[in-house]
Amino acid sequence: MTAVPMINYFAYLFDGANWQWAEQGSIPHLLLQHIAYTLVTVAISALIALPIGLLIGHTNRGAFLAINIGNAGRSLPTFGLLSLIVTLVGIGTLPVLIVLVVLAIPPILAATYAGIRSVDRSAVDAAIGMGMRPPQVVFRVEVPMALPLIISGLRSATLQVCATATVAAYVGLGGLGRLLIDGLSVNEYDRVFAGAVLVALLAILLDLLGAAVERAVVSPGVRSPRERRTRTTSKSRTRPVPTAGVSS
Amino acid sequence: MIEYAVQNRSTILEALVQHIWLSLLPVVFGAVLALPIGYLAVRYRWLYQPVVNTGGVLYSIPSLALFVVLPAILGTGVLSPLNVVVALTIYTMALLTRTVADALTSVQGEATRAAYALGYRPLRQLVGVELPMALPVMLAGLRVATVANISLVSVGALVGVGGLGALFTRGLQLDFIEPILIGIILSVLLAAVCDLGIVLVQRWLTPWARLEAR
Repeated sequence: MTAVPMINYFAYLFDGANWQWAEQGSIPHLLLQHIAYTLVTVAISALIALPIGLLIGHTNRGAFLAINIGNAGRSLPTFGLLSLIVTLVGIGTLPVLIVLVVLAIPPILAATYAGIRSVDRSAVDAAIGMGMRPPQVVFRVEVPMALPLIISGLRSATLQVCATATVAAYVGLGGLGRLLIDGLSVNEYDRVFAGAVLVALLAILLDLLGAAVERAVVSPGVRSPRERRTRTTSKSRTRPVPTAGVSS
Repeated sequence: MIEYAVQNRSTILEALVQHIWLSLLPVVFGAVLALPIGYLAVRYRWLYQPVVNTGGVLYSIPSLALFVVLPAILGTGVLSPLNVVVALTIYTMALLTRTVADALTSVQGEATRAAYALGYRPLRQLVGVELPMALPVMLAGLRVATVANISLVSVGALVGVGGLGALFTRGLQLDFIEPILIGIILSVLLAAVCDLGIVLVQRWLTPWARLEAR
């Protein structure tokens, strides 16, 4: 029987040499890169998807579009899309970031639409009855009440991008995925392990951050369905919808 | 593209078959694990938050990270298909426990009280009343989990087991678009077929839903 060599999984992660701030490809450098890719991509997607979602939800026109884009986005293989764009236009940061933006749009769009549609009709009618104009109805009644769902859409989009950005290292993107992909290609398992641990921690932290933001901005009068359900003893009024989160 | 598909049909078929079991096996395992955990989270309310929070944390871990960390935990080889199956089982379970718990909570009401008044014992009430009523919501969760799994499997190609994902890596290496397009189309089709399958099963299992809709 040959002895299996013990791998020190943490060798790369806890090697001070990999934590030099200024160094290209060092852990802090890749970490910041990963965070920047994620936040910039989600911000651009939100700029595109939020207005469309609000419009579709408010007017209820084109609902099929919001629902179908949401479903289609979930079934597209992220890695396939990345491969396709790179084969078509070549290796580069910009095409990959565009794919990340495209992939983050469906969860935000679908959640925004669903959030606006889930707002109690009587609240909207009351707002109209009080003489609110459409923009006021949207921004002072519908958005505040839909906020838990809208934020959950942003959170799934963030996780989606964070995960896909990792995979995108295979087609040349920077960020923490570099540790995984480069480590795999040269069989340095401790480097792979370091990348995996860091990217998992980053994803969990980003999601907790999303939860904190949700707690801070959602009006106390609008409890998320989960919190409301634990408080009601009567038959619950709304059926829970499975969260549409996709990690990749 | 069709020419490429015909020439490489055995490779493509093999990738598709691997893709099917790599994505659907975890759905079965995950659902089987999620049912009792979800039930317990409803039966003992204090378990609900910890279960949901753990699920949320597990679900947020990027798949590639989970694929490569699992060998260190399970003692499997880095290229073992087991890593992909276990990782996707974890995602499915994380997603479905919450769905099962929420679905079972949402059916508490007149029907369950009526069953109790009729003298149904807890197990019979669960199997005969609560589970059938919770089925539509649970199956909706199963659809999300199945479709997500099918699109995730291809990432496994980066650790050597990716079903149709192998077509993506091959296309990238050869700078050749055909296998990539075929892989995307088959993956999306597979997701659509499985989604439709669950919808049909749901229609068959919940005939009363159609009566209500009428």
